[in-house]
This record gives sequence, structure tokens and C-alpha cells, in this order.
Amino acid sequence: MADPVFTMKGVTKVYDTGGAKVHALAGVDLELPGGELAVLLGPSGSGKSTLLNILGGLDHVTDGRVWFRDLELTAMRDRELTRYRRDHVGFIFQFYNLVPSLTARENVQLVTDVARDPMPAAEALELVGLGHRMDHFPAEMSGGEQQRVAIARAIAKRPGVLLCDEPTGALDSKTGIQVLEALHQINRDFGTATVVITHNADIQKIAHRVIYFQDGRISRIQENIERLAPADISW
Amino acid sequence: MQALDRKLLRDFKRLWVQALAIAMVLACGVSILLTAVGMYQALQGTQEAYYGRNRFADVFATARRAPVSLLPEIAAVEGVLALEARVSGFANLDMPGRAKGAVGRILSLPESGPPQLNLPVLRSGHWPQLPGEVAVNAPFALANGLVPGDRFLATLDGRQRQLTVTGTALSPEFIYTLGPGALMPDNLSFGVLWMLREEAEAAYDMAGAFNDLTLKTARGVQEEEVIARLDELLEPYGGQGAVGRAQHSSHAIVDAEISQMKGTAMVLPPIFFGISAFLVSMVMSRIVALERSEIGLLKAVGYSDAEVCLHYLMLAALVALAGIAIGWAAGTWLAQLLARQYAFYFDFPFLIYRVSPWAYALSALAALLTTTAGAARAALRAARLAPAVAMQPPAPPRFKHSAADRLMRRLRLSQPVIMILRSLLRWPLRSAMTGLGLALAVASVVASSFFADALDEIMDTAFYQSNRQDAVVMFTDDQPERVLEEIRALPGVLQAEGQQYAAAILRHGPRMKRVTIEARVPDPDLSRVVASDGSVANAGPGGILLSERLAEQLGAVPGTLVEVQFTSGRRETRQLPVTGTVKQYFGLGAYMDHASLNALFRQAPQYSAASIAIDPSRQDALFTRLKALPAVAGVPVMTDMRRSFREVIAQQVIVMNMVYITIAVLITIGVAYNGARIQLSERARELASLRILGFSRREVSFILAGEMMLLAVLAQPPGWLIGAAIARLAVENFSSDVYTIPLVLEPAAFAGASLIVLAAALCSVLIVRRRLDRMDLVAVMKTRE
Ligand SMILES: Nc1ncnc2c1ncn2[C@@H]1O[C@H](COP(=O)(O)OP(=O)(O)O)[C@@H](O)[C@H]1O
Ligand SMILES: [Mg+2]
Repeated sequence: MADPVFTMKGVTKVYDTGGAKVHALAGVDLELPGGELAVLLGPSGSGKSTLLNILGGLDHVTDGRVWFRDLELTAMRDRELTRYRRDHVGFIFQFYNLVPSLTARENVQLVTDVARDPMPAAEALELVGLGHRMDHFPAEMSGGEQQRVAIARAIAKRPGVLLCDEPTGALDSKTGIQVLEALHQINRDFGTATVVITHNADIQKIAHRVIYFQDGRISRIQENIERLAPADISW
Repeated sequence: MQALDRKLLRDFKRLWVQALAIAMVLACGVSILLTAVGMYQALQGTQEAYYGRNRFADVFATARRAPVSLLPEIAAVEGVLALEARVSGFANLDMPGRAKGAVGRILSLPESGPPQLNLPVLRSGHWPQLPGEVAVNAPFALANGLVPGDRFLATLDGRQRQLTVTGTALSPEFIYTLGPGALMPDNLSFGVLWMLREEAEAAYDMAGAFNDLTLKTARGVQEEEVIARLDELLEPYGGQGAVGRAQHSSHAIVDAEISQMKGTAMVLPPIFFGISAFLVSMVMSRIVALERSEIGLLKAVGYSDAEVCLHYLMLAALVALAGIAIGWAAGTWLAQLLARQYAFYFDFPFLIYRVSPWAYALSALAALLTTTAGAARAALRAARLAPAVAMQPPAPPRFKHSAADRLMRRLRLSQPVIMILRSLLRWPLRSAMTGLGLALAVASVVASSFFADALDEIMDTAFYQSNRQDAVVMFTDDQPERVLEEIRALPGVLQAEGQQYAAAILRHGPRMKRVTIEARVPDPDLSRVVASDGSVANAGPGGILLSERLAEQLGAVPGTLVEVQFTSGRRETRQLPVTGTVKQYFGLGAYMDHASLNALFRQAPQYSAASIAIDPSRQDALFTRLKALPAVAGVPVMTDMRRSFREVIAQQVIVMNMVYITIAVLITIGVAYNGARIQLSERARELASLRILGFSRREVSFILAGEMMLLAVLAQPPGWLIGAAIARLAVENFSSDVYTIPLVLEPAAFAGASLIVLAAALCSVLIVRRRLDRMDLVAVMKTRE
């Protein structure tokens, strides 16, 4: 097995919202090998987003340790986490989170402006098949196109990992598949370790590895010997 | 350009109406700060340079006739650095081609070399070298079209002679040149004439003597001590009491303007900056709330907290830049306007009326600090927002059932009304600040429109009730009673009344005041002292009548005995009862009965001046005759004074009212437009739901407009109160021994202010309402917050 991109040991996350304590992560141990496309599958509220946010340096653990390669995220201060996100992590969210006042190209530039060794924004958009819509504003694009802009934005910095939180959650099956194809292709061509959260069981078939999540714990990990291309699945 | 900067510019472009509305309020602060600081520096700098270069004196004294041999003793007084003894007098001038005469103030020039103090600056020609030659003050020359070589007739101490103009000059003593009895500078009818000492001595019978003395004192010397010593030395020679610069009329007026600029710079801009900061804070909070997920995104992709914070501060800074640009333009224009006014009132030989770069920098810095302070809370909130939290929708605001809710239900208010009230109560601080902003707008109009009413009142009492004469014939010396018969016999004189003046020092306990007592015959018709009820006030035999301001300064009330030390005439000291006080707007009036005063001096009745009513058709003939009368020192024409006072003041009041109304409208728009926009933004969903539920446009608009208009209406009474308080402060500030301004608060002024502000608020809200009408209901319901 390749060197792991992420290593988690005994990670817990407790939300204290005044009243009851919510154990969003209740002791997670995990190693994710580099270059893989992993799918994180589990019901709503099971702690998937929490886990992804911690991997992406967006959130802190309550207990336990987390490494990205040999960087210990749990030992980092906010400023270092910002640096880590800037240099290594590509995020893709369910609601695309494009800046409405910026065109597709400018949304990508938002990242390339601060990244260490980015590709040109136009190149990233070409990669997701949006070379012809670079100067359109989000409001002028379909949901699928917007999400592909978000993917271009995430890959433009040539990230070490791509973290995708329900990237198809707001999309219909057809456009969802286009988005998955883009992710699939990037993972294949660049070897970027990719984690995709979904509660859609059909999507697991495209993954190298499927991590089942339940009540803040990993209930099962399954390696797919045979993977399907995104075009071959539907929901 | 970085993508984030592009977002900044696009956001700014999208927000431009709101940004502009704030920028205009900010611009008010910037322009006023710029103008006030700029003009303060300019006036102060010009004055300082002028005084320094031209050795403006520190102490000014007059005497009837003091021997030159006294000077070494005065020079030896501790703290006296330099002195200049002059011969000074008034002259009745007959300007060629003009029926009305002019009054000239003669000042002697040393025979050899320039004066020690108050060096006049030659503007054209040369200094007089021969008897019969004079240099005149440049504004007088300009107004009368005099150039070197021109001649005119002048009566000095009863003897008429021809004078030749050799040059024109300006002096630090006459930056603000006020003729005797004048309310405003009038360069046509009052001039300063410098002539050789020898000729002035001869004209006023002052050989080997002086009657005007100015001193320069050493730094750090107690001026009062020098003055006291000087008074002692001059006392035997008819000293009329020395005064410091503070009582020098030209200096006092220039100084008052300087300190007014300083006061303006300190009081007004902070108000505008405060309102702007509030508006920025309100708008930025809303923007940060709306851009929550964008903030999360920026952080997720690696922007630091500081960069995010800066992004929002820069958005506010763009508002500041707009405000600075507009404020600089308006301020530069305002400063020019003011400089033109100063050029009209003040005569400086050089102008430093340029606003310094420093003032521009200061006003810009103040604006940037304002928007930064206003945006700080929102920007810091954006910076602190944890990225993982920012990506999630915000928790819905918690509504609590309050006593107010129960009360509203009990009152059976309609649902829209409840929505309006609840929203007001949910953000009490914001509602209060919005109300305060609108109240300040109302106050701004009240506090300025009161001036117009006050001036009407001043003009009515001062000109149409008290001083109803057309002109005052001033005599070179007190004249026997029969002079009135001679005046009445002149062509065109319809009526003549005599007055007598006596310089005196009034004392009551430790307080003292130098005044000119006017003695009048009982129940005069032309120049009257009018009580508040409109009746003519007489001093009564054996007593003294004081203006309210003077009585207050002396701590005297009717019945109080005040000590009156006459410094002219027989120079005796008497205890006189105050027989009454009367409200007056010009000067520090003190009045006695004419017969009593002369009885006190044990002399036959005399007059120093005569007030006359003139038949306009014969006035040219009259003025021509008056110019040639040896006993006449000058004839200030009240009709002209009234007209120019009215014109100048009326114009100033109009300009001032326009400025303050503009300010009020800008504040109102800034507050009401932004407030309504934010309500619309916060309640778009709620209002859209109501529309979908079947509420009409009108009903939904009512909720939006109702909240702002309710606040606007509630803001009126505090606005009136604040306005009245500002007016009161202004009255106290503006009032001096030269004029007092009455506090005239007419209901119409309040109503007018309210009307302006309510109308501006309604327009602002209606503009926002148009957005509401055009709102795409479906799109609003779809957007996630
Ligand atoms: N900021 C938060 N404060 C309190 N509770 C939270 C917060 N974020 C998530 N949770 C809770 O943690 C649990 C896991 O949430 P999440 O990781 O978002 O689940 P998933 O992404 O699998 O749907 C849920 O019960 C959720 O309510
Ligand atoms: Mg989730």
C-alpha cells in the first residue's frame, strides 16, 4: 500500500451546544492511501462532514491526532492550518460556494492568486470542460456547471488532496455524473488523493475504497476490486 | 488584479447607491473638517504672519492730550518693549462726485522713518512727504475709485482742507475696518488716512502731544499690570483706559472668526463621522451576514483571517474614498466660498487662503478611521468566523415572547403593524441609532432656520423700532443745545433729536465694564430704546438704564447701585441706581437721562450727535451741506447701513440654510435609504411569503415603509429638542459684546424641519419600495440564507 495521505488516530469531536453534547466523531482510526479515490458513505448526521472538515484543516479535533503525510494537523495553529489549506487542500462543497460577483475564471483565480504553484485558471477550467464558459457569472450557469467551476477551482492549485462534501448532492443524476467524471478523471490523471462524501450508495462503485460511517464511527471499510466508470452508474 | 480585489470592486459597484448615500454623509464631515481646519489654519497663519511682520501692538490706549515728554516714563514701565505715540482724529470727508460724505480716521506717521508699531503696508504710490498729502487704506481707495494723485476735501477739527492721495496702504490694525456707529465694514463711507505727524499735530492742536498710544509688551508679561500702570500714567491727561488686543475691534472680530472655525472643526465633523460610522456598521454587518458562506469558502481555500478581515475593511474604505473625493471637492469649493467672504470682510496684504495639504490629509484620515471603526465589528466577526461554521447556514434568530408581544396582542393590532413593531423592538440599538440619525437631521434644519427668524427679530427691533433715524450727524465736540435748531433748519431734515455720549467705566463689586453712556431726552421718536413689550424705555432722572447683557456682566439688577466713573467730560465718579434693563442686540448699551447727565456735570445741556429723519427728495442737498459744516465729524447713514446689513446677512442666511438643509437631506437619505435597504434584505423572504400568501403590494410595502416612517416620526420630537439645544448653544457662542443673537424658535421652523426630513425619508423609502415591487418572489424563496 502506498504511503498514506491521511492518518487518524483515536479522533473524537464533541460539539457542546449548551445543552446536550453531540459526539460527532466518537473515536476514528483511519489510514487513507495516496492516489486513491475514497468514498465516505453514511446517513445524514453520522459525522462525515465533521471528519472531512478536520482532514481539510477547517476544524479542530476534540481529541486524537491527525496527520497529512508527515504533517501533524492536530499540532498546528490556525495560521499553519491556513497555510496547509492554501498549499495542499482542494475543497468542493455541496452548494458550490462560488462567489456570485466573480466570473468562472475569477472564481478559480481566487485560489490561484494565493497558491504556491497553480496552473493557469483557464487550464483548470479546460480540464473540467468549461473552457467556453470562462467569463460567465455563476448566475448564468447551471448547477452542474457551477460545480465543475468549483472543481476547477479546487484542482487549480494542484492540491495534494481533493475533499468533496456531497458534490452531487444538489444535482440531478445526469449533471451529477458529469461532476463525478471530472473528479474521476483528475484522480486518474494526476493521482490526486480524493475523498468524496455522499449518502448516495450508488456512487460508491467508482471508488477504490469505501468507508462506511455510522454514528460518528467507521463501521466498515471496503476496497473495490472492480471499479465502475461514472458513466456506468446512475441513480 | 487579484480576484479578491475584483470581488471588492464588483461588490462596491453593486452597493453603489447605499455606498453613495453613506459617502455623502461622510463627505459632509470631510468637507466641513477640511474647510474649517483649512480656513482656521489659513486665517491663523495669515494673521500671525501679518501681526509678526508688521508689529501689531498688544496694548491700545487713548488720551485727550498727553505730552510727548511722558513717553520715556511709559517706555520704562516693566514689560513695555516698544511704543508708538500718534495723533489720531476723525475727519469729515467730501469725496468728489458723491453727495454723501465719508468719515476718515486720521493717523499720524512719524516725520522720519517708519512707525515702530502697526506698520502699514504700502500697496501703491508712496508715503506722504509733504503737508496736505495722505495715504489711504486700500479698500477705501478701491471703493471710492481713488488713485495716487487724486484729491478730496476733508474737514479736520472744523477746518476744511484739500488732501492729495499719495498712496494706498493696509494695516494690521484694520484687517476688519468698522467705521464709527457701523454694523459692518463699509469702505465707501469710512476710510483710514495716514498723514505726516506735523500736519496732524497742527490740525488737532497736538503740538508736542499725542492722543493715541500703542504698546508692544514683552512675552510673558501680565498685560493687566501694564494696562493698570499705563492708565495711571495717562489719567492726568484724559486717559480713556487702555485695552489689550481682546478689546481691539479688528483683532476681536478676526479672532472670533478663527475660534469659530476651530469650534466648527471640533463640533460638526464628529457628528457626521458618527452617523457615517453607524451606517457603515449597519451595512457591513448585513453584508458579512449575507456573505457568510463566501467567508467560509475564502478561509477553506487558504485565505487567512487577516486577509478576510482586510477584505471587508477595504470595502468600507472604498466608501471612505468616495466620501473623501466628494468631501474634498465640496470642501475645496466651500473653502473658496469662505475665502471670498473673508476677502470681502478682511483686508490682508497677502492671502494664505490656501487649504494646506495637511488639512486634506487630516480629513481623509478621519474619514478612513470612521469607516474602519464602523466596519471593524463586522470585519472582525468575519475574521473570527470559524470556517467549518461559516459553511453551515446560521442559526435562526431567536424570537422571545415579550411583554410587548402580549401588549400588542391585547391591543388587537393588525398583523403588519405587529410585524413593524416587533422588528423595531428586535433591534433596539439599531432602531435607536436610526432614530437618532434622523433626529440629528431634523436638528440640523431647526438649528439653522432659527437664524433667519432671529435676524428678522434683530432687524425689526434694532432697525424699525429702536434706530429709526435715517442718519446720525456726529459732532467733532459736544455742541450747545441750539445746534439742534441749526440741524433742523438744514434742507431736507424732517426731524432731529440730540444725543450725548459720555465714556465711562461702570463698576459693581469686583466687576467692571468700559462703556459709552448715551444720554437722551425722554420719549425720543427716532433713536429709541425699546423694551420687550414694545414701549419706549427711558433711563429716568438720576438713574442709568442698562442693556440686559451689560447688566448681567455687571451682576446688576434694577435697583442696584453701580459706580460710574466718567472718563470724559468732568471725569467724576458717581453712584447711580440701575432703573431698568432692556433687551438689545447690538453693543452694550447704557443710557441716562440727558438733563440728569448735564446736571451731574454742572453744565448747560449739550449734544454729541443728532439723529435725523430725512426727506429723501432733498437728501443730496442735505448731505452736500453737512459735508461743509465745520462742527460735523461725520454722518453715518443708517438707511445705507440697514440696506447693506440686510443684503449681506440675508444672503448669508440663505447660503447657510441651503447648506444645512442639504446636510439634513443627505443625513436623512443616508439613514433612511440604508435602513430600508437592510430591512428589505433581511426580510425579503418574509415579505415575499406574505405576497405569496396573498397580501397586496401595497400591504407589503406598508410593512417596509411603515417601520422607517414610524422611526422618522418618532425622531421628530427629539430632533426638535436637539435642534433647540444646538440653537441655544449657537446663540451663546455667537453672542459677543458687539452683537447678541436672540433665540427665536417659531413653530414654523420646527414644522419646516420635520417636513423636509419626513419628505426625504419617504422618498428614500419609496425608492427602496420600487425594489420590493420588482422583487422576483420565486427567486427570493429559492435563495438560501
Ligand atoms: N457546529 C456544530 N455545532 C453543533 N453540532 C454540530 C455542528 N456541526 C455538526 N454538528 C452535529 O454533529 C453531528 C455530525 O454532523 P455532520 O458531520 O455534519 O454529519 P453529516 O455530514 O454526516 O451529515 C450532527 O449531529 C450535527 O448535528
Ligand atoms: Mg454533511
